[in-house]
Amino acid sequence: MGWLCGWRCSTCWRVECSKRTLREQVSENRRTLLRGGRVVDPVNGLDERIDVLIEAGCVASIGDQAQHQGDAAVVNVPGGAVICPGFIDMHAHLREPGHEYKETVATGVAAAVAGGFTAVACMPNTRPVNDDAGVTQLILAKADAAGLARVYPVGAVTRGQAGEQLAEIGELHAAGCVAVSDDGKSVANALVMRRALEYASMFDMPVIDHCEDAVLVGDGVAHEGYHAGVLGLRGWPAAAEEIVVERDIALSELTGSPVHLAHLSTRGALRAVRAGKERGVAVTCEVTPHHLTLTDEQLATYDTNHKTNPPLRELADVAALVEGLRDGTIDCIATDHAPHHYDEKQAEFDRAPFGVIGLETALSVCLDRLVHAGHVTLGRLVEVLSVNPARILGVPGGALTVGAPADITVLAPDLPVTVNARTFRSLGRNTPFDGWSLRGGVMATIVGGRTAYVNEAVADARVFTGVR
Amino acid sequence: MPSTVNPHRGVADVPKTPVSVAPGLLDEVPRLRTKDLLSIADLSADEILLILDTAEAMKEVGTRSIKKVPALRGRTVLNLFFEASTRTRTSFEVAQKRLSADTVNIAANGSSVAKGETLADTVLNLEAMAPDMIVVRHASAGAGHLVGRLCKARVINAGDGMHEHPTQALLDALTIRERKGKIAGLKVSIIGDLLHSRVLRSNVLLLRLLGADVCVCGPATMMLPGMSRLGVRVTNSIDEAVEGADVIMLLRIQLERMDGYFFPSRREYFRLFGMTPERLSRAETDAIIMHPGPLNRGVEIASEVADGPYSVILDQVANGVAVRMAVLYLLAGGVQ
Repeated sequence: MGWLCGWRCSTCWRVECSKRTLREQVSENRRTLLRGGRVVDPVNGLDERIDVLIEAGCVASIGDQAQHQGDAAVVNVPGGAVICPGFIDMHAHLREPGHEYKETVATGVAAAVAGGFTAVACMPNTRPVNDDAGVTQLILAKADAAGLARVYPVGAVTRGQAGEQLAEIGELHAAGCVAVSDDGKSVANALVMRRALEYASMFDMPVIDHCEDAVLVGDGVAHEGYHAGVLGLRGWPAAAEEIVVERDIALSELTGSPVHLAHLSTRGALRAVRAGKERGVAVTCEVTPHHLTLTDEQLATYDTNHKTNPPLRELADVAALVEGLRDGTIDCIATDHAPHHYDEKQAEFDRAPFGVIGLETALSVCLDRLVHAGHVTLGRLVEVLSVNPARILGVPGGALTVGAPADITVLAPDLPVTVNARTFRSLGRNTPFDGWSLRGGVMATIVGGRTAYVNEAVADARVFTGVR
Repeated sequence: MPSTVNPHRGVADVPKTPVSVAPGLLDEVPRLRTKDLLSIADLSADEILLILDTAEAMKEVGTRSIKKVPALRGRTVLNLFFEASTRTRTSFEVAQKRLSADTVNIAANGSSVAKGETLADTVLNLEAMAPDMIVVRHASAGAGHLVGRLCKARVINAGDGMHEHPTQALLDALTIRERKGKIAGLKVSIIGDLLHSRVLRSNVLLLRLLGADVCVCGPATMMLPGMSRLGVRVTNSIDEAVEGADVIMLLRIQLERMDGYFFPSRREYFRLFGMTPERLSRAETDAIIMHPGPLNRGVEIASEVADGPYSVILDQVANGVAVRMAVLYLLAGGVQ
């Protein structure tokens, strides 16, 4: 098992830890055969009924060689279930440290696995800000204690996310951060952004930017358009996103360093990314399930669970996002899971905090509104939820390749799901999808060869309880 | 796992008060279908006409030596004003007193709001005292929607941020109808800071619903996006807006909000958008001038116009009391 040597522990990102944990698992020598499931693995070109053998927390073999393993525990995958490389949410707010009343690492990862995510990248706008190795280590320790999903901390670009002085990005990298971002704000100063791109590239870390010209947005709270106008809500214009998107692409082109643009929402932003990609700029981007499915028309009741940053845009933007997902302009779907306490959301629209949760609804929303609606294939969904996030963050996963960690999301693509915020593992209840009936959901989530979540609403899913 | 039970009882789904006819005085009162009056969009054209007709009847009460009828006797009405207001608050209070309601005034300064209480908590506490109606003025758009969701009491929006001020539009409609005998087919021009104006939004909805021909005019920096979808003509030229107008409604420039580079100076604003006697001469000869107040003399309106013979600005204020009496009366019709 020579491949083990180079791997870092994907929970705490230390090579030492990785060896120890995996050695323990190897000594246990557990083997599990997932028999007869439909495996959708775009990297390996798989979309067929095929067996998967899990050994010591990793994929040991696939297909014919996996079949004759006399001593392996056999799980007969229920008909209709789909086995995918584990989904990675590259943009979530786990709120710890500092805002534990909104979410903790433990509740966040519980929500993640319940939503089919085997890993989450958590944004640095905690208190204190994750601009320091101590905060990174705390988050990783909490994640380790919780088990369940892997957690990849994202460090701050600048100290205190103040946009002025670079954070000690080298130290953040050493402590286990996989990317840097001042998420929640843009890096407003173009010189700081340029330096961050150059500097982070030394560690192969992408800079993730939240694209918002804060001066142009002012105190805007809703997409600047007809509906905000009629509702008397201050406008957050599309151009405020597009200006920064264009700037970041120009800086990426200048420096040759990769930039990842978070939660894009406008057709103009996608146009810029498409043009950048065509001329070879190292730009990647993500969109959220809510920006793919909801519009500013839904603001009519002033429901603060539709208040997001960037705001919900108009129909033409949603159509452009769906098209961008189809044509490859968009690399990832990320939730921008942003839990808030219900007290905070039960407020005047312009005073309520921005953000909605998404870990536990993303998959059902995407299956129903994107796959079943005929916009993208299941394979494409796996690319944007697993393959590309792993590639952009440079973390394990994204494929069920022999030797890779057995991080597996088992889907029930036709499962009828009614979203009920009261049953969420997340501490947040701030979802715009509460009460929605959707087709498709999670059957089970396996992380490192162990079952982290079994959907009790699916009788057949019980077979996965034994995977460990 | 945290408790998923919301400790704010009744937050999610306040049972709607069953609408039934109260005994006695309100027996024969026609009622509005809506629980709360938050937007002109809550009303049908027939309901607007009902309010205007009722308001005309209410005007008579104000001409008596004893200006009081017992229509809302025993009803408790809270006036919850989170924003400064002289005209609207006084108008509502006078209307309530003329209908014999028990009125309580709450202003943001000197209340628990000043101590940092949230709007939701303030309202839930007030709701516990079982008011029949709450009149809300607040700086945030949609604040009335939040109050209405939290309360069984009927809620009247007395201005919510930049969103709406429905009773203002109703009193404007009453004033126009009195002077012109109709609303349908009139050419109404609304001029000024369109973007920040709740008066504009309510008026456009109401006037379009009743069939007026509406033109809006203001600086390009103060337009609503996609306004023409509301069925109005949009222009930056005041001369074009005034041309042939039957009704000219001027909107206040909110000088306290002018930190967003909307126009270079008051002087230039007045030069481009101020209503002067010369400009007024382009309107119909019997055109009326309206303004929701408070006036910025020499900014959006020249004093000669505000105080001139075409001005109905004080009639608007007088009609405000009658219209608010009508709204309170018609909404209370369903209160047990």
